[in-house]
Amino acid sequence: MTTRNDQIERYTGSQRAAHWVSAISFILLALSGLALFHPAMAWLANLLGGGQWNRILHPFIGVLWFLVFARFALPLMGSNVITGGDLKWLAQVRRVLAHDASGIPPVGRYNGGQKVLYWVLLLGMLVLLASGVVIWEPYFADRFPVDLRRIAVLAHAVTAWGLILSIIVHVTASVWTAGSLTAMVRGKVSRAWAKHHHPGWYREVG
Amino acid sequence: MALQSLDIERRSATTVPPPGVRTPAQVAKLIDISKCIGCKACQAACLEWNDLRDEVGVCHGTYDNPTDLSAKSWTVMRFHEAQTADGRLEWHIRKDGCMHCADPGCLKACPSPGAIVQYANGIVDFHSEHCIGCGYCLMGCPFHIPRLSQEDHRAYKCTLCSDRVAVGLEPACVKSCPTGCIGFGSKEDMVHVAAGRVAELKERGFAHAGLYDPQGVGGTHVMYVLPHADQPELYSGLPKDPTISPWVQLWKGIAKPIGLAAIGLAALGGFLFYVKSGPEEVHEESEAGPGGPAGPGGAQPPTGGR
Repeated sequence: MTTRNDQIERYTGSQRAAHWVSAISFILLALSGLALFHPAMAWLANLLGGGQWNRILHPFIGVLWFLVFARFALPLMGSNVITGGDLKWLAQVRRVLAHDASGIPPVGRYNGGQKVLYWVLLLGMLVLLASGVVIWEPYFADRFPVDLRRIAVLAHAVTAWGLILSIIVHVTASVWTAGSLTAMVRGKVSRAWAKHHHPGWYREVG
Repeated sequence: MALQSLDIERRSATTVPPPGVRTPAQVAKLIDISKCIGCKACQAACLEWNDLRDEVGVCHGTYDNPTDLSAKSWTVMRFHEAQTADGRLEWHIRKDGCMHCADPGCLKACPSPGAIVQYANGIVDFHSEHCIGCGYCLMGCPFHIPRLSQEDHRAYKCTLCSDRVAVGLEPACVKSCPTGCIGFGSKEDMVHVAAGRVAELKERGFAHAGLYDPQGVGGTHVMYVLPHADQPELYSGLPKDPTISPWVQLWKGIAKPIGLAAIGLAALGGFLFYVKSGPEEVHEESEAGPGGPAGPGGAQPPTGGR
């Protein structure tokens, strides 16, 4: 017998904490990084205490983000293997966005879009870490040839936009999918939510 | 503005026109390598005027001392011995330092508003109080000139004695040079002086003598008369055709507006999508029961196995 109050755990407390530390770090990184990227955004450097503090703190927050996000995301790798069903989901994403899920293969713990986000974030994070170390003043940058630093700083900027765009999609999707935000704040989803959005996962855990 | 009497042509990380009501002459320093005797008076004068005291180093077996530029040595003499085709010795001594490019890569790369300025007279100057220590100017510079101080984490380089020039004096190195190797004046005059000297050198057998004023960076406000202008690399690696690296051009050029526009449009697009489409809600009653039918409007989850 199930009732509408019957809830399923989707994220544990430590997963939620890791997600939100990672999210706050990402926002600080995006804003402090934009301050270094475009003159129109230079005023954002004040958020972390001015230009010098912005330059000092950005890479350390980056390392924190790397560690926390990796701790959160790596155990979820198994749930994010992209399958044929995910490709069909992605091909028909317009129908999903139009609130019409008929004929779309059943979704497991994550849908195709979530899995793409997972891999984009994970790979993007590695590019940002590697390129970030190469341009990190005053500790590492002078160990690398200047041409490598020039390529790294461009790769860092372009990858960062990619991730900022991905996170904008992620935030939009999580607000749009009513109940998702609650899942990440309180850790639980309703059976109806699980069955509707992630029927494959629902069959495993429900 | 650090020097109120000097108008600014360009200011780093700034999108509005800098102060610029005056129309001063473009200045230039001309270093005639064929007259340099390597006495290092210019190095000493630079330390003296700018009140810098670099660490006393050790002899590396060459005349180069210090061996490289640093946050406290804004100019150094680079010594290079070469043998000519007919077996004679030639000593190439080049006073290295900021070239004061008309199109400065350091300024293009700098993310801190006002940390690097180009005065209307052509001098490229670092305003260290605005420097954030990111090292981007080191990546922007095609001549490998700026150096980050490990003491205060700010970048330094030759100022072309902007403070002296502002009050009508020549740079300290020019004043100290005992052979007249270093000249200073309007860029136009210096180009004219150089042309005369190049003609003399050609008469004396230096067939490829010429002026080094590389156009890849829009010309420079520090120029060299080179006895072998066809091989600038001879002079301790002076680049033949320096330009701002294409990576830096991409990063500080087209990438900036595209990146910002993409992020802005994505954020706006996401918000408008939500407003137009409304949230994807689950109807609890219709879907709560196991195998219960979906109500009208509620999406029916597909039931096929995976």
